[in-house]
Amino acid sequence: MQQRDSAVDGTPAARPGGRGGLRFLPAGGNALVVELGAGIDPATSDAVIALERSLAAAAIEGILETVPTYRSLLIAYDPVRTSARELERRIVELERPGALQRGTCRSWRVPVAYGGRFGADLEWVAGRAGLAVEEVVRRHSAVEYRVYMLGFAPGFAYLGDLPGELEVSRRAEPRSEVPPGSISIGGRQTALSSVPMPSGWQLIGRTPLRPFDLRRPDPFLFRAGDRVRLVPVDEARFRELEEIAGRQSLRPEEVEAG
Amino acid sequence: MSEAAALSVIDPGVFSTVQDAGRRGYQRFGVAEAGAIDRASLRLANWLVGNDPEEAALELSLVGGSYECRAESCRVALTGAVMPADLGGRPVPHCAALRLARGERLTLGPARRGARSYLAVEGGFDLAPILGSLSTHVRSGLGGLDGRALATGDSLPLRRGSASPDAELRLSEPDWLPVEGPVRIVFGPQDDHFTERARRDLVEQRFLVSGRSDRMACRLEGASIEHAGDFNIVSDAIANGSIQVTGTGSPVVLLADRQTTGGYPKIATVIAADLRLLGQRRAGEPVRFRSVTLEEAEAAWRDAEARFAKLRLRLQAHREPGELTAADLLSRNLISGVVGEF
Repeated sequence: MQQRDSAVDGTPAARPGGRGGLRFLPAGGNALVVELGAGIDPATSDAVIALERSLAAAAIEGILETVPTYRSLLIAYDPVRTSARELERRIVELERPGALQRGTCRSWRVPVAYGGRFGADLEWVAGRAGLAVEEVVRRHSAVEYRVYMLGFAPGFAYLGDLPGELEVSRRAEPRSEVPPGSISIGGRQTALSSVPMPSGWQLIGRTPLRPFDLRRPDPFLFRAGDRVRLVPVDEARFRELEEIAGRQSLRPEEVEAG
Repeated sequence: MSEAAALSVIDPGVFSTVQDAGRRGYQRFGVAEAGAIDRASLRLANWLVGNDPEEAALELSLVGGSYECRAESCRVALTGAVMPADLGGRPVPHCAALRLARGERLTLGPARRGARSYLAVEGGFDLAPILGSLSTHVRSGLGGLDGRALATGDSLPLRRGSASPDAELRLSEPDWLPVEGPVRIVFGPQDDHFTERARRDLVEQRFLVSGRSDRMACRLEGASIEHAGDFNIVSDAIANGSIQVTGTGSPVVLLADRQTTGGYPKIATVIAADLRLLGQRRAGEPVRFRSVTLEEAEAAWRDAEARFAKLRLRLQAHREPGELTAADLLSRNLISGVVGEF
């Protein structure tokens, strides 16, 4: 990726008073940031998703849009219809113990062709991790990931947490373009790309699914809070699925998870 | 009509795109907001041709280009940056509607004041919205005309085949929405990542708009803004107008085409009411920031909205000044509004 991302560098900045507390940070007079934790962890992410869900359910006048990220929620609002003070009051109410909407999340099984022409950096990653290529694939696809957030480009998903032994630095020379569906590693994160884009992350595989496809009624496969399991497939199966995905709107298996 | 009504692009100028009020509700999916940088000028242009104020128009940067009417007639209006305009020798007033006959060419030169002009056409462009908006986001290839900037030979389909018989409207003096003065900011969300000196420099120093500015960001040159420590944060969402400070200390004000998330700390945010001030400054022009409270920023937005609503009373018919009352104008706009909705 071109953008700076400390999360990806694995050096989240320490913030006083961050953990556990609720911080309201102004972002001009038309947006408010609600910070719910200090770093990148599932509990903080859960809190962000739960707050967003509760805000949507409360249908608060004047909220135009919400954007969930690792540890905070940005709320765009119309100051003609509400104010930061009013929003803060409502959010404190919603954050009372037991008031938050926890709900279910979606879970996806995403086919991935690892290595070779789909993941040119897989061998380098294996060398760096001191593991066999097959072992990197096994470990990378053994965990259930969480979609921490979408950002950078339409449908681009930041997944975590990566098994610690697979954490690697970024490429010295970014690639000028990687195809949509690319699976890459950068720091503690693994990412699933959605549009052709430059990338400095280590490319290890590709999914034939289209995380962003305007032909679908819901063009975005993932949303923040979803769970993702990566399922290794061989090249023949990749081609088969790619062909289907090219003809129709293909959705992966969807499971309601608790 | 034998041929579909269109506005033909003879010369696209420096960088011209279709923009409306932006793509709302998809930042959560990583889709940039996009939309007109100077929303007030967009709305005014639309009012002048009787459109819904948030209808898509052309945003023309620095040098406007040349456009030909390929319809029986079409009504257009120019607002925002003042560019020398030529219409076959006819005068082209700023902030006023005018009618183009078939084959007539409107040619716009380099901006003399401001950076971005808005060219609205009566009825709007007959393009398909992408994710609820016609705004072009070139970086992700979404919206407008095939997700890209206009090019020579492009044809912008029009919803109307001819101009309505209404009188042409113009904005009474001054025929310009001012963009001078300090740009107001609210400190935060990450001003605690900066030194006290950095906060002081931001409001006391004078910055110059860099030539590397675009729809994504207004880059500034001048004092280096000091980070208190590490210049990385956990990536978060970026509000319109966020002032990011890169590793080199240069402030960068993120605008409509910004990425939805990023990992640089943001020392302050330009208030929404003043974003157009920044968007209308050209490379080399000065910028000074003035700090206001969050409550003042919210009040400034409400004031700007109220003042803008009053602007409508300053719209007059071109040739018969004083004949139309405010009530006439409002009813006229209501009628046009219905015509404009397809």
